[in-house]
Amino acid sequence: MIKNIKDLPREELFAPGHTMCSGCGPAIAVRWITKFIGNNAIVVNATGCVEVTTTIYPRTAWEHPYIHSLFGNTAAVAGGVERAIGVLSRKGRWDSGDTKVVVIAGDGGTYDIGLQALSGTLERGHRVLYILYDNEAYMNTGIQRSSSTPLYAWTTTTPVGEKVRGKQERKKDIIGIVLSHGIPYVASASVSHIVDLGNKIEKALSYLKEGPTFIRIFAPCVPGWRYPENKTVEVARLAVETGYFPLFEWEKERFRLNPPSNGLVDEQRRVPIVEFLKLQERFSHLSEEQICAIQDEVNRMWEKIKKHLK
Amino acid sequence: MRMYTEERAPSKRNFVKDVLALTSNHAVAYAVRSLDVDVIASYPITPQTTIVEKLAEFVANGELDAEFVNVESEHSALSVVLGASATGARTFTATSSQGFLLMHEVLHNVSGLRLPVVMAVPSRAVSAPISIHGDYSDLMTGKDVGWIVFICASAQEVYDTVLQLYAVAEDERVCLPAIVAYDGFLMSHTMERVEVYRDDLILEFAPKRVKRLLDPANPVTLGELALPEHYYRYKYSQLSALDGSREVIRSVFKSFYSYFGIEYDFVERFKTEDADFIIVVYGGASWGNAVEAVNITREKGLKTGALRIRVLRPFPIKEVVDTLKNVKGFSVVDRAISFGASTPGPVYADVVVSLAEYGFSIPSVCVIAGIGQKVMYVSDFVRVLEELVKGKEGVILL
Repeated sequence: MIKNIKDLPREELFAPGHTMCSGCGPAIAVRWITKFIGNNAIVVNATGCVEVTTTIYPRTAWEHPYIHSLFGNTAAVAGGVERAIGVLSRKGRWDSGDTKVVVIAGDGGTYDIGLQALSGTLERGHRVLYILYDNEAYMNTGIQRSSSTPLYAWTTTTPVGEKVRGKQERKKDIIGIVLSHGIPYVASASVSHIVDLGNKIEKALSYLKEGPTFIRIFAPCVPGWRYPENKTVEVARLAVETGYFPLFEWEKERFRLNPPSNGLVDEQRRVPIVEFLKLQERFSHLSEEQICAIQDEVNRMWEKIKKHLK
Repeated sequence: MRMYTEERAPSKRNFVKDVLALTSNHAVAYAVRSLDVDVIASYPITPQTTIVEKLAEFVANGELDAEFVNVESEHSALSVVLGASATGARTFTATSSQGFLLMHEVLHNVSGLRLPVVMAVPSRAVSAPISIHGDYSDLMTGKDVGWIVFICASAQEVYDTVLQLYAVAEDERVCLPAIVAYDGFLMSHTMERVEVYRDDLILEFAPKRVKRLLDPANPVTLGELALPEHYYRYKYSQLSALDGSREVIRSVFKSFYSYFGIEYDFVERFKTEDADFIIVVYGGASWGNAVEAVNITREKGLKTGALRIRVLRPFPIKEVVDTLKNVKGFSVVDRAISFGASTPGPVYADVVVSLAEYGFSIPSVCVIAGIGQKVMYVSDFVRVLEELVKGKEGVILL
């Protein structure tokens, strides 16, 4: 258990020199993921920002054994790695002990093209920690909409035009989908709350004995969300404080809110959503009604959360 | 279909464990069991299904200590074995038809990562319209993606080829994935006599040599991004590995002969030595017909012969040219169509180009037959040879 920042691991396992953007949310996520998972882990990475910026031949930022295969098959590849470790261990041909298998994939590779493989891997019970870094669009290829992109957000494929202004559909409930597989541990975390993230990764790894585990990390994107590069943590923190991105965990199907989200059940204690939206140019076209509609979305989500708490 | 008739060379070792009546699919499963494969992943519903059903049975009965992963699609089937192979496990999967098409991007990925995955493809037609019958339309879409590809003509050959492919694919000079293909249904679901070998000799012939690439003790990055100054080097090295695999394949044939007494080659010839007209085929049903057609036309006094392409990739240019260079005419019977290409026959194109590379221009006929398992009659093959004798050129759609 990590109590405060003094307990955080010091060893860096994500090497400098990669080409991620200044202020990149996923870069913060990956730096801490690699620290928290320890040395005896294999990273399976989906195609995406993290992959293309960290593995440009002949350099690599990865101190872990690392494999990237394709965009939509990451969970399946991880499942194969996990089964190979299992059978090789059984046959006395694996000498690294209890090696953990950790997926790192973005929202495109998780909500969209990788959803089928993810579902298969969860259903089959592969002992894999799947970490989703959610920056709410296909950022690597120039900010195209994914099914994780929130309502009304600008992207290059949901432009703000005369007739249609931004994305017209709601964000997909990936946590609900993952939970329906009945896996032992599902959590949400943010690059603004690293101690919480560390404890969740630790817990997710310990639950691998029982099956797959899943963590969704909120990871803001400077060029995609269009905010100043020194505001990444602030944007992420506001997502938590407005209740837009609650920090929680489902442990053996029991729900718990984590600080500071556990203090936000009362609507009055939540920062108004506009504080989160106004920092980001992807929402700069919003009308008052649209802002209210997004606030209503957040409030509705919290009504659901209250039911989980009962 | 022709029954297996080859004479084995006398051997001092008693290598035959059992003589069984097996479909080609079950022949694959028996080979995979003896090879002590570590991870198997598959998706059902194509002519390959009975392979993995049999393997599931072997695993359930404790006859094979493997992880058997029932995946949710063929895309994931190949992805699971990709991950397992990179971790150092010996792997196997099988598919056909739509499943092979669904795997397509993973096929490229596995060969690009240089992983020695072995896959069985009892070949089947593709949709639309939907067909559940055999031809080679599926395989031909994936013949040029960096895999070694063998096409067999009997259940014994299928069994033997699976053993050979692990020995080839895992050789450190090769490190490439490999496909054993054969006629969907006409072979996958018909029984033949198969001699199965002792496990200890099989593992001695094809010892496990899959490299552990994902190793916490020696971390490396796999599947990296290569920019223009490097990308082509990966691809050229793949090209030379596949070209160079010919030598390894030849040495594996020699080793196979010394272990199990059957002499295999890149091609199989029937009465080609003095032939003026040769029919070139691949797969079991076509080969059986071709051999019969040669016997019938020989009785009529025509100097005919048959050639079977056994190794499709790397293409046996030298063997094909040596066999055909002195004939007066040849035909290639394809069981797939290259739509809109210079010729509709994919393997016909390979043969013509091989001959052209050596400066030979010989009258020839491109034959398309057995599409969607349209019945191929021996009489059709006889007619093809007779047309050749008359000097026919062009395309025949049977």
